Amino acid sequence: MKYARLVAIGILVAVAAACLLANFLAPAPYAHQYREIPDASPSHQHLLGTDDLGRDRFSRLLYGTRVSLLLAPAAALLSSLLAGLIGGIAGFAGGRTERMVMAATDLFLSLPWLFLLITVRAVLPLNVAPLTSVIITFALLGCLGWAGAARVICADARTFSQSDFLVQARATGSSGFRLLWRHLIPNLRPILFAQFWISIPVFILTEANLGILGLGVAEPLPSWGSLLRELESFSTVSTQPWQFVPLILFIVVVSSFHLVLTRQELPT
Amino acid sequence: MKKPFFFIFFFIMTASMMAQSGGELRFCLHSEPKTLNPVLMEDDSSETIRYLTGGVLMRVNRQTQELEPELATSWKVTDAGKTITFQLRKNVRFSDGTSFTAADVAYTMQLLMDPATHSPTGDAFRSGDGKVQTKVLAKNRISITFPSPISGLDKLFDQVAIMSATSPLKEMAVLGPYMVAENKAGSYLLLKRNPNYWKRDANGRQLPYIDSVRLDIQQNRDIEMVRLTHGEIDLINSLDAEYFDKLESTDRSMAHDAGVSLDAEFMWFNQVPNSPLPAYKKAWFTSTNFRRAISESINRSDMARIVFRGHAQAAIGPVSPANKFWFNAKLQPHPFDQKAALQLLAQDGFHLQGDTLRDRDGHAVEFSIMTNSGNKYRERMATMMQQDLSGIGITLNVVTLDFPSLIERMTRSFDYEACLLGLVNTDLDPNSVMNIWLSSSENHQWNPGQKTPATAWEAEIDRLMKAQASSLDPNKRKEYFDKVQEVAWQQEPFIYLINKNALSAVSPSLHNVHPVALRPQVYWNIDQLSLTSEVAGNR
Repeated sequence: MKYARLVAIGILVAVAAACLLANFLAPAPYAHQYREIPDASPSHQHLLGTDDLGRDRFSRLLYGTRVSLLLAPAAALLSSLLAGLIGGIAGFAGGRTERMVMAATDLFLSLPWLFLLITVRAVLPLNVAPLTSVIITFALLGCLGWAGAARVICADARTFSQSDFLVQARATGSSGFRLLWRHLIPNLRPILFAQFWISIPVFILTEANLGILGLGVAEPLPSWGSLLRELESFSTVSTQPWQFVPLILFIVVVSSFHLVLTRQELPT
Repeated sequence: MKKPFFFIFFFIMTASMMAQSGGELRFCLHSEPKTLNPVLMEDDSSETIRYLTGGVLMRVNRQTQELEPELATSWKVTDAGKTITFQLRKNVRFSDGTSFTAADVAYTMQLLMDPATHSPTGDAFRSGDGKVQTKVLAKNRISITFPSPISGLDKLFDQVAIMSATSPLKEMAVLGPYMVAENKAGSYLLLKRNPNYWKRDANGRQLPYIDSVRLDIQQNRDIEMVRLTHGEIDLINSLDAEYFDKLESTDRSMAHDAGVSLDAEFMWFNQVPNSPLPAYKKAWFTSTNFRRAISESINRSDMARIVFRGHAQAAIGPVSPANKFWFNAKLQPHPFDQKAALQLLAQDGFHLQGDTLRDRDGHAVEFSIMTNSGNKYRERMATMMQQDLSGIGITLNVVTLDFPSLIERMTRSFDYEACLLGLVNTDLDPNSVMNIWLSSSENHQWNPGQKTPATAWEAEIDRLMKAQASSLDPNKRKEYFDKVQEVAWQQEPFIYLINKNALSAVSPSLHNVHPVALRPQVYWNIDQLSLTSEVAGNR
């Protein structure tokens, strides 16, 4: 397992480096349409061929990976912080506060995510640049994805608040904020960290789902969602197997995240 | 002596094969029909059932686009277009054996025009306040009088399936070639040959040749394609360009391109005065020069070649060239000329500053175009427009929305800048687009529901559309509608982009197929179609 984890970390580092260096590695601008050669097969000029509008697939893969791989962790960080704040306070306070916050969390969890995202996306301003739209999409994912993690954190915070070391800290006269800041949060950090890692592949998948529905990142900016959309029609894809490369990369990256996560979950 | 014998034998064999009777024709519906009642039908699947089962007084021949007699042997429009009198075919019976008479036509018309029925087909006949009067003149003769004149009245009867006034089976008693025998909700519909169908072929043989039609409910186009190539179904009435190319590469004989269809893809700018857009953008969108510049900056040929893989052509105006009579042949496609576009923009004070186009007040020209999510062809068109418009310094943001949100913005909040959508046309007559071109109409998308026309050219279109609708002379009507097309071409409230081709797939086991541009493209002559003896014998 240790070897597998090292390989996973290596893959993630390599993929992250490749997409961060996309400006140098990409053989063509990701949005440029080579209209004379749409749907071209792989060649020296276009390593993964061109898409249906004649755009270089390899360049789009690099930039799409950058979008998904940078913004999914950002969204995961946002949702983990929200989950830590809401779940931590609820668990620490206990009693009526906890019941009320958890009832609100349950209500939030029962909302159909996809429809909520579609609705929120629909009321946002239309005239926004593609980069803004992608940030909005991931910010939405971050704002809406805290509830499940908040439940876990609340349960742990409750356990800690009743633990001996916290009782001892109270007995020595520590105030509420000091208890929270010095004693509770440091102990919740591994759980928050685990929630953060769990959320990354979830958000990547959600963006991919939104992209497949055509509601993700706006054209011409690529993302894994928009790249995976090309696989909708298997009768067309079957003649162009190189279109599976984004899917393979997607599976490899998400699997690598899970392997790395196993390491984080181990007791330290 | 052997050769003539061989030819006679060959002729008999071929004739018998071509007129192969029996077997089951199979194809797919993409959704379940919402109703089997012909007066209530409005969805595609229901209309397929109506076409296959309904008997009509006259039918527009989908190939020649001419009106041909069916259950009515003759008809006459009188009283300045208010009255139509039909002479009906004798000795015709419904599928359940009840006789077809003028009373059935009267019953159908009353049902159709009853406001309580809410018939979408009946809406086309609503010409003014007042009741529609039906007068049975004889058993086989009837006159129908409408409160106001209706131009192109006779062609509207192509959509009216006659129902029996007396049959206990109600709408299930039909006069068309087939009748519904089985309906497994969500799975399939089985239509059996109408034993009393009145039509016969040149040899006096009762039509249709094929015994039954099985319509499988199948939403997934991929599975539909696989089923066609495996011989499980016999036709796909309407194909996407991608599937068409795929099929053509595997079996050229199955792929049929019937040429340009009536369907159009177009965009428009929001010109609603009270929309929540900044004043400077409203000024752009209401400028004819701006709209024409955008139009001339879009490479329609590239769109047709890349997005529709060559199975489309650059749209010219509101009427597709597939509409043989009403298309104004004097109009030419808008050229792709970005230099000319910049000159037009310069007339309105727009200028290039570096790579960015700015208006006379210095605002960078940037706008969004919304379209419905899930339609990859429209998304691709919008993305191509993005690159085209960047060529004249315009930034275009593409937004895909779910359909309800799009409609909300388009019809209620008017909170959008431009929209890209398509129009599926089934009717050839300009009266069917009155609700789009009249400035007072709610479907006058760029600025709906105007109390008085906002511009002189919209007033002119109103006048011409009303003039064509009130004239009974087809040539005079054409003259008026030609002018409408010219004004629309010059002003471009709708920027027409593409007319798609009518693409279909037909199995070699199906004979006498002549795919056309009008719907239903493949089975418009359903009663003449036949299956090979091999396939017919296996089903």
